[in-house]
Amino acid sequence: MSVTVISESSNGALHPVTAQLVGAASSLGGSITVICPGGVGSSDAANIAGVTKVISVEGDCFESYDCVAWSKAISPLVEGDLVLSSSSAVGRDLASSIAASMGVPVVQDVTSLTEGFSATRPIFSGKAIEEVGISSPCAISLRANSFESAGDGGNAEVSSVNVSQDITVAVKQALAKASERIDVSEADIVISGGRGMGEPANFSHLEEVADILGAAVGASRAAVDTWGEIPHSMQVGQTGKTVTPNLYIAVGISGAIQHLAGMRSSKFILAINKDADAPIFGVADYGIVSTWEEALPVLKEHLSDLLSN
Amino acid sequence: MGVAVLLKQVPDTTAKISISGDRVDEASITKWSISPYDEYALENAIKLKESGFGDVVAITCGPSRSAKCLTEAAAVGADRLIHIISESPLDSIQVQSLLSAAVKESGCEVVMCGKQAADTNSGSTGPGLATTLGFSCVGGVTEVSIEGGNASATRLGPSGLEQVEVAVPCVFTFDKGDSELRRPNVRGIMMAKKKPVDVFSAEDLGVDVGDSMVEIKSHSSPPEKKPGQKFVGSDSIPEVVSKLREEANVI
Ligand SMILES: Cc1cc2nc3c(=O)[nH]c(=O)nc-3n(C[C@H](O)[C@H](O)[C@H](O)COP(=O)(O)OP(=O)(O)OC[C@H]3O[C@@H](n4cnc5c(N)ncnc54)[C@H](O)[C@@H]3O)c2cc1C
Repeated sequence: MSVTVISESSNGALHPVTAQLVGAASSLGGSITVICPGGVGSSDAANIAGVTKVISVEGDCFESYDCVAWSKAISPLVEGDLVLSSSSAVGRDLASSIAASMGVPVVQDVTSLTEGFSATRPIFSGKAIEEVGISSPCAISLRANSFESAGDGGNAEVSSVNVSQDITVAVKQALAKASERIDVSEADIVISGGRGMGEPANFSHLEEVADILGAAVGASRAAVDTWGEIPHSMQVGQTGKTVTPNLYIAVGISGAIQHLAGMRSSKFILAINKDADAPIFGVADYGIVSTWEEALPVLKEHLSDLLSN
Repeated sequence: MGVAVLLKQVPDTTAKISISGDRVDEASITKWSISPYDEYALENAIKLKESGFGDVVAITCGPSRSAKCLTEAAAVGADRLIHIISESPLDSIQVQSLLSAAVKESGCEVVMCGKQAADTNSGSTGPGLATTLGFSCVGGVTEVSIEGGNASATRLGPSGLEQVEVAVPCVFTFDKGDSELRRPNVRGIMMAKKKPVDVFSAEDLGVDVGDSMVEIKSHSSPPEKKPGQKFVGSDSIPEVVSKLREEANVI
C-alpha cells in the first residue's frame, strides 16, 4: 500500500503534527510520500523516520491561500489509495477538495485508524464516537495529538515540482495578522479565560501564565462576544475551535455545554472558578475553587519556580 | 443571478445525545435546528438580496424532518426552497453530487454554507462541492459583498484576517461573524408556512448516487472520564502544580 501525506505548516515551517501524520501512515505499512505545499518544511519532512519520499510542490499559487488552486496543484501528485492531512482548517479543506477531485470520499477529524480502512472520530462535538468502515480509496484528516509522532532520522529524497496553477482568490488587504501567539488549535497547552475575567485587560494575567508554559491563550464565547479586544480566533467551543491539548486550563469559565464541546477531549483539564458548583468542575481532572485574582499569581509563581529549574 | 444557501439540520447544540443499539438514538433528540454556521451563511445571503443581488435559494439534503429548516429560512426571507430527500446516511461524494445537481438546477453561481456542520464537524461540503462544480472556494468568511462578477470577502485564513477578491462562480463557507442574525416576524412565519418546497429525489436530479463507500459500523458513548480532584482555595496550588507534573505529566 502507499499513503500520501499532505504536510502541515505554520509560520513558514513544518508543523509538528506532520510527524504524527507520518506516524499514523507508518502503522498501516507501505510507502509514504509527503507532499509539502509551497515547499514549506520539505527538508524537515525528509528527516521524519519512515518517509519514502518528499515532493516539494512549488508555484505562484502557494503565495496566498486558495483551497481549490492548491488542491488542483497537489492532486495530480497523489500516490496510492489513502491521502492523510491534519484536521486543521487548511488540512480539512485540502482533504475534501483533493477527495472530490479524485472522486473518493473524505472522512474528517479521525482519532484512530486501522488498515482496510476502519476509522473512529468524535461526532456531535464529542458527545458520541463514530466508527466507520471505508471501502474505497479515500482522504482522511487526522486530529492533532491523537497519533504517535514518527521519530526523526529519516533520509528521504526530496524532489521539487513546479506547477503553474491559476489562482482565483486574490488577497487585497491584510486586516489583522495572525497573532504571533501560538494558535489554540496547535498548542500542547491552552489557557482560556471567560466572562469571569471581568475585563479584557485581565487577559494579560493569562498571557503571563501562557508565556511560562509556552501555551496558547483561548477564550469562551461570552468573552469574545462581550469584549471586542478578544478576537473570535481565540474562541474555543461549538462555534469556535475544537482543541485537544495535553492540558487545558479554564479560568472564569462556567463550562456551558457549547464550551465543553470544544475542549472536553483535552487530555487533562484544570479549572479555576470561584463557584464550587460551576459545571466546568464536572469535566475537570483538577479543579480549584478560587477567584482568579487569588489563584493566578500563586500559579504563576509556582510554575515559574518549577520550570526555571 | 441568485445565491444558493446550503442548510443542514442538526440536533440543537444543547441536545443530549444518547446511544441505543450501537446507534445515536435520533428519536430521543427533541430539538433540531439549522446548523449554527449555516445561519451566518443564510444571514449574509439575505443581506446580498437586500443589496439587490437576486433571490435566495435555500437547499437542504436530508430526511423529511429537515424540511423544517427550509421553512425557517423562508421565514427570514429565502425565496425558493429545495429539499433533496435522502433518508439514509450518505458519504461526502454522494452529498456533493446531490448538492451540485441542486445548485445547477437553481442556476445560482454564488453558493453559501457554514464552514462545518455542528453534527459531524467535518467541513467537507464547501470545498468538496466547489471542486465538484468547478467553482472557486473561499472558506472561513464573515462577510461577502458582490459587484459585477466579482466578490469581495473578509476571511480568517492561515495568515490572519484578510480582505480577498474572487471571481464568481464561487462557494463561500461561513464562520461566525459580527452579523446579528435576524429573527423571523409573525408575518414572515405565516408566509413561510405557505411557501412551496421543491422536493427532489436523487433520481429527479438525474444523479446516480451509488452505494455509500463509508459505512457506519457503530456509535458509542465517549469513554467516561474518571472523576476529577477538587481543591479549595489558592493554598492548594502548589499541590496541583506538582500533580500536573508528577501525575499528569503535562508540564
Ligand atoms: C449555538 C450556540 C453556540 C455557542 N458556542 C459557544 C462556543 O463556541 N464557545 C463558548 O465558550 N460558548 C459558546 N456558547 C455560549 C455558551 O452557552 C455560554 O454562554 C458561554 O460559554 C459562557 O461563557 P463563560 O463561561 O465565559 O461565561 P459565564 O457562563 O458567565 O461564566 C463565568 C464564570 O466565571 C466565574 N467567575 C466569575 N468571576 C470569577 C473570578 N473572579 N474568578 C474565578 N471565576 C469567576 C463564574 O463563577 C462563572 O462560572 C454558545 C451558545 C450557543 C447558543
